Amino acid sequence: MDEVQSLIQGFVVALSFKNLALMFVGIILGVIIGVLPGLGGANGVAILLPLTFSMAQTPGGTTSAIILLSCIYWGALFGGAITSILFNIPGEPWSVATTFDGYPLGQQGRAGNALTAAFTSSFVGALIAVIVITFLSPVVARFALEFGPPEFFAVYLLTFCAFVGMSKEPAFKTLASMMLGFALAAVGTDPVTGALRLTFGSTAMLSGFDFLVAVIGLFGIGEILITLEEGLAFKGAAAKINLRVVLDTWKELPRYWLTSLRSAAVGCFMGIVPGGATPASFMSYGVARRFSPNGDKFGTGQVEGVVAPETAAHAAGTSALLPMLTLGVPGSPTAAVLLGGLLIWGLQPGPLLFIEQKDFVWGLIASMYLGNIAGLVVVLTCVPAFAAILRIPFSVIAPIIIVICAIGSYTVHNSNFDVWMMVVFGVAGYAFKKLSYPLAPLVLAIVLGDRAEASFRQAMLFSQGDMTVFFSNRLVGTMTGLALLLLFWPLLSWLLRRLRASA
Amino acid sequence: MNQGRDAQPAFRHRTAEIVVAGFIFLLGAIVIYDSVRLGARWGDDGPQAGYFPFYIGLILCASSAVNLVLAMLNRRDKDRTFVEVGQLKLVLTVLIPSAIYVALIGWTGIYLASAVFVAFFMRWLGKYPWWKVAAVSIGNSVAFFLIFEIWFKVPLPKGPLEALLGLN
Repeated sequence: MDEVQSLIQGFVVALSFKNLALMFVGIILGVIIGVLPGLGGANGVAILLPLTFSMAQTPGGTTSAIILLSCIYWGALFGGAITSILFNIPGEPWSVATTFDGYPLGQQGRAGNALTAAFTSSFVGALIAVIVITFLSPVVARFALEFGPPEFFAVYLLTFCAFVGMSKEPAFKTLASMMLGFALAAVGTDPVTGALRLTFGSTAMLSGFDFLVAVIGLFGIGEILITLEEGLAFKGAAAKINLRVVLDTWKELPRYWLTSLRSAAVGCFMGIVPGGATPASFMSYGVARRFSPNGDKFGTGQVEGVVAPETAAHAAGTSALLPMLTLGVPGSPTAAVLLGGLLIWGLQPGPLLFIEQKDFVWGLIASMYLGNIAGLVVVLTCVPAFAAILRIPFSVIAPIIIVICAIGSYTVHNSNFDVWMMVVFGVAGYAFKKLSYPLAPLVLAIVLGDRAEASFRQAMLFSQGDMTVFFSNRLVGTMTGLALLLLFWPLLSWLLRRLRASA
Repeated sequence: MNQGRDAQPAFRHRTAEIVVAGFIFLLGAIVIYDSVRLGARWGDDGPQAGYFPFYIGLILCASSAVNLVLAMLNRRDKDRTFVEVGQLKLVLTVLIPSAIYVALIGWTGIYLASAVFVAFFMRWLGKYPWWKVAAVSIGNSVAFFLIFEIWFKVPLPKGPLEALLGLN
């Protein structure tokens, strides 16, 4: 029951007036970011990260800073549903599956029901994930205290192999995009020997590529370029939510408890192993369609078809913070950006965080409970205001978003070079997205590249270059074995299919 | 109207696949080259600086080589459109001004450049009357100035205009 006691203390930290105010600011900013094309959870948090530098210097400031940033993340998760249901434009990749049934509902004049169902099930998914985090993360952290360099490298390996094994994109494209991230992470000064790598005499490259700039370019500029192709007009259903609609929908929702539970389980699993919110939402939509008695009506405007992907997306998005806090391995690009924030503020994510920074960790976990309640209240009451943002013409909003992205990239290191890199990453993001190269492994590789390399080299020093160190005990051997299984999974499943076809 | 021309493909899917895979292969080759230069073997005191990146470069080259071959063998994608002429035009109408905007930041500072950039878009693509253009573009820059320089004390690049106004 240690966890409950720590959690109560966390609530004491999170319930200060300042932190509660930041929570609401974060949620509102987050929903706006989630609604706008080109701005999403990952790059929204990346752009606002520099603003927290001075905030984090004050006592207790790191907790306030993480509460602000994580609430932006929850807000963005909520915001994606609004554009999917009203405009058939998924504001975020994980809300694509929400458009399948959400938009038809909106067309039938039941937008209010669809929105209420989406927000409520988002809330339920997040809540279940936070409960999982509350009770599972201290266990994982205690377990991870025993880890040495080989074990940590095995965790990194597992993370990256999971991308290859579980992503929808072609395996070799996933691999190429991931290795590109590692190569970008290697640019600059070698942390061990101090040698200059891949700089080719350029001073701008000395400090390497910052993943925040990559995130802003890939997800921000790249997304705007893709949105442009599809034309500039937004045509949407009107958004009206009143208390009657909310209560009616809430009466209907308990019927889908099994779908919710199943989707939350899929979401939590996909968030902890780095599958991410997007595949989780598709997967649970598919599962719900197969198991629901109304499965054949999915796609025509079923409330259940909104409940399933939204629950899973929020559960995955939230539980992606579990490995970030306990192991220092983020489960999603946005979690990676939050991890970057922790490092900048001078906190070392990983098992020691649960011992040395108790207030920070439990304040954050408590704020997840409160932030999602605040989020539910904000989105239910302010939907029309947020939907109005989308009616701002593109010729006004697009340049402003590009300006925001440019400012965000500049403030990372106060360098103009980074703003240029943002444009380059933007073009790359556009091409990668159209050719279905996944972006998440690229971003995670840039973030984790240095540390994966450091633990690899330490492990190699330990063993004097003997690779069998990654199989030297049961723990590290299991993780490495699992990683290799996931890595070769696309090949194995291809072989299995062939065998079955020929039999 | 040249509706017909706009719907034509500017690039085919296969071409784009080959160009991107080839480009990534090239990057991988650069990584390998530089890692070998630094030493990619086992030194006296453990792995040398190029040890880890060398293998990264190797996998990068190998996987993009596979992508390259797959793209060339793929018959289904041969005639699929990657981007239509009209779409490419739209993308470039944002991309080129954005590049000019970034170049301008180094010259005039971010606030003036942003105001010009927003004004250009509103006038050229949105055809707004001048007073609206001026209000939004200047208001936008002033708002960012207040947020960053005053409230959060994060200095952004400034140029001759700010010096003239004594805001540096």
